Amino acid sequence: MSQSLRPILLFSAMAIALLAVGFGQGWSVMLVILNLCLISAVMSVGLNMQWGYAGLFNAGVMAFVAVGGMVAVLISEPPVRAGWEAGGLRIGIAGLLVAVFIGLIYAVRRFVSTKWIKNWGTAALLVAGYFIIRPVFEGGVTAVESIAAASAGNLGGLGLNILVSWGVAAVVCVGVAWVIGRIALGLRADYLAIATLGISEIVVAVAKNEEWMTRGVKNITSLKRAPVPRETNLQQAEWFQNLVSGVTGLDPTDADFKLRVIEFSSIFVKLCFTFLFAAVLAIVLFLAIRALNSPWGRMMRAIRDNDVAASAMGKNVVKRHREVFIVGAAILGVSGAMLTTLDGQFTPTGYQPLRYTFLIWVMVIVGGSGNNLGAVLGGFVIWFFWIEAEVAAQWLSVNVERLLLPYLDVVIINIGDVVLNVQDGVVWLKNAAPHFRYLLMGLVLLLALRFSPRGLIPEAGAARAH
Amino acid sequence: MVDLLNAIVLMLNFVIIPATSYGAQLALGALGVTLVYGILRFGNFAHGDTMAFGTMFTIFFTWLFQGLGLSLGVLPTALLALPFGIAVTALYAVSMDRVVYRHYRFKRSAPVILTIASVGVMFVTNSFVRFMIGTNEQRFSDGQKFIIKAREFKEWSGLSEGLKLKTTEALTIVVAGMAVAALFWFLQRTRMGKAMRAYSDNEDLALLSGINPERVVMVTWIITAALATLAGVLFGLDKSFKPFTYFQLLLPIFAAAILGGVGNPLGAIAGGFVVAFSEVMVTYPYKKFLKYMMPENLEPSGLMQLLTVDYKFAVSFIILVAVLLIKPTGLFSGKVIRA
Repeated sequence: MSQSLRPILLFSAMAIALLAVGFGQGWSVMLVILNLCLISAVMSVGLNMQWGYAGLFNAGVMAFVAVGGMVAVLISEPPVRAGWEAGGLRIGIAGLLVAVFIGLIYAVRRFVSTKWIKNWGTAALLVAGYFIIRPVFEGGVTAVESIAAASAGNLGGLGLNILVSWGVAAVVCVGVAWVIGRIALGLRADYLAIATLGISEIVVAVAKNEEWMTRGVKNITSLKRAPVPRETNLQQAEWFQNLVSGVTGLDPTDADFKLRVIEFSSIFVKLCFTFLFAAVLAIVLFLAIRALNSPWGRMMRAIRDNDVAASAMGKNVVKRHREVFIVGAAILGVSGAMLTTLDGQFTPTGYQPLRYTFLIWVMVIVGGSGNNLGAVLGGFVIWFFWIEAEVAAQWLSVNVERLLLPYLDVVIINIGDVVLNVQDGVVWLKNAAPHFRYLLMGLVLLLALRFSPRGLIPEAGAARAH
Repeated sequence: MVDLLNAIVLMLNFVIIPATSYGAQLALGALGVTLVYGILRFGNFAHGDTMAFGTMFTIFFTWLFQGLGLSLGVLPTALLALPFGIAVTALYAVSMDRVVYRHYRFKRSAPVILTIASVGVMFVTNSFVRFMIGTNEQRFSDGQKFIIKAREFKEWSGLSEGLKLKTTEALTIVVAGMAVAALFWFLQRTRMGKAMRAYSDNEDLALLSGINPERVVMVTWIITAALATLAGVLFGLDKSFKPFTYFQLLLPIFAAAILGGVGNPLGAIAGGFVVAFSEVMVTYPYKKFLKYMMPENLEPSGLMQLLTVDYKFAVSFIILVAVLLIKPTGLFSGKVIRA
């Protein structure tokens, strides 16, 4: 198959699969899958920059996704006045103090030349900073969290349009990635992996426990998601009712009409998201492809394929790695904010590493590391199978149960006090079914890595030593 | 004087004993990671889930033995099931090597590819465990619960603080000590152990001296599986078994291995204890301790806790960051730093 035909064929197959879902399971289901496919594609383009362009193992994709989600909350939530009045000042002072101490540490490390003063000075400042800032901060936090704990108990956000947060998420992730990059780049590849894994655990712990910020496990529901309208508002709107009657040919007095309006409003809202996400994906993809084909991208691949030679040519490997790590992290942050926007809520307990880190890895590896189109395809394909595998597993377990119905009392295991019959087996199978797709994804990752390491759409002209 | 004794008992009870047994569990885990690092030269992301795998099978055998009415009296039945759990896990680890890792070893792939392959193995192992036993918490400790009971200690000593020693804690320390002694004897004294160390030091030279690499790798996986199962079972007996907790143990275990110096078994043990003690000491509320130690009018009002337990991962992470920034080779100078 020629190189240029392959992506077209594969994307067409993907489109057909989505259309099949549309006809089979309904368009609403199809749009739900499509929207998450688009977000997954953005994530996988971001990770592909880090892994595909530069060979960096980021095991903390979840960290950036969660940071993106938190930023979405902090930008779009309306501020809680009572919370600000109660403890905003103290938390603000604590934040200022953090900045002051970071400045002091920077100054010590920059301007003191004696090594022991430098190191012990840094340590002393860290300890002093902790003990000075902590009481200020905690007083503020307690005050904020005691304000209307059932409905608020947090400071709220800036009350801006949630779209703003997509950009801000990128900026915040740049900061986080810069810090991680300073620490872990330039060492063994798996040190970066461990460091990012650690940061992702911590970010999620922060999201779960810092109630003054994100309400923690109390969750934030009903985020404002302008410019996309809400279903209930649409259903009331006259122009929308006219649209529905125009499309369906039904009269507003028909019995069926109300149901159709509800159905159409849900599809309309999802379509709005689809356009937004597709636009973001298009921009990100365009920039990513441009970057990959620029001198910068070629340099990056040269470093990846032979870092010794590249550094002999005068390239600063560590600095370039930091650059690409930061850019990838920014894209991951945007995708995280998009995800929270789509969900309309922020639930810290939902962030699971298998789902938000390692599934994205499967997408990149299966799609084609180093190829942006491949990463997009990987995002689509893997998300599609992720959803449909669950459906398949449910279907399978229901049918197995039906087949076994006449034999429920047959005993399978009978050793001593341990007696298990077929019914126990069926119960077990029902509980086990949701985990089936994890098994499937692990197998897909291993098989792709082994038999198709260059992915569905391989990198153009690459001679990668896998 | 009584206050001082009370303070010491308090520390023993809530910091030193729990941290020692947790440290022994981490040390066993870190030993497994460091062995794979040393011999196969990659960071094994599947280690936490291998621990879960081994523990799960040990639990199954425990249930079986309990069903058959077998028991060890005061000791947990899991101890009897342990060899069977280790056997199944060793078989699993060796077959995973055959099916997954060997291919990349023969191709001499970059270590990071092997690490990614281990992510795949982690995915599969993790889901298999959840598939089999579910995501809920399992407690499988039986036999006598305490060696020293807090109430009895209070009556005996007349102190207001009680001291308790759980059977599982004592068991952890004894079993881990025996396992480590056996491992070091094996690495230092036996032919195979020497071959392993030689292979870890210099692969090509070892090959030239006629060491069979496949045998070395196989033995490494068997030992790793045994250590992982042991660590997992001891951790599960001491606390409880929950698949996701075992995945999360990956971070402190890696922090311990890197802190001790990658590929250095002695370092892994030291690292395990340092990480465990830091974690417990940083998250312990010192209010009561300071109450005993300080004059009456200076009693602290807060909990005097440096970090809440929710942030215990931050401790491993901070240790990791400090090591990477200050001495990336670790305390005992592991050998491989740059990729």
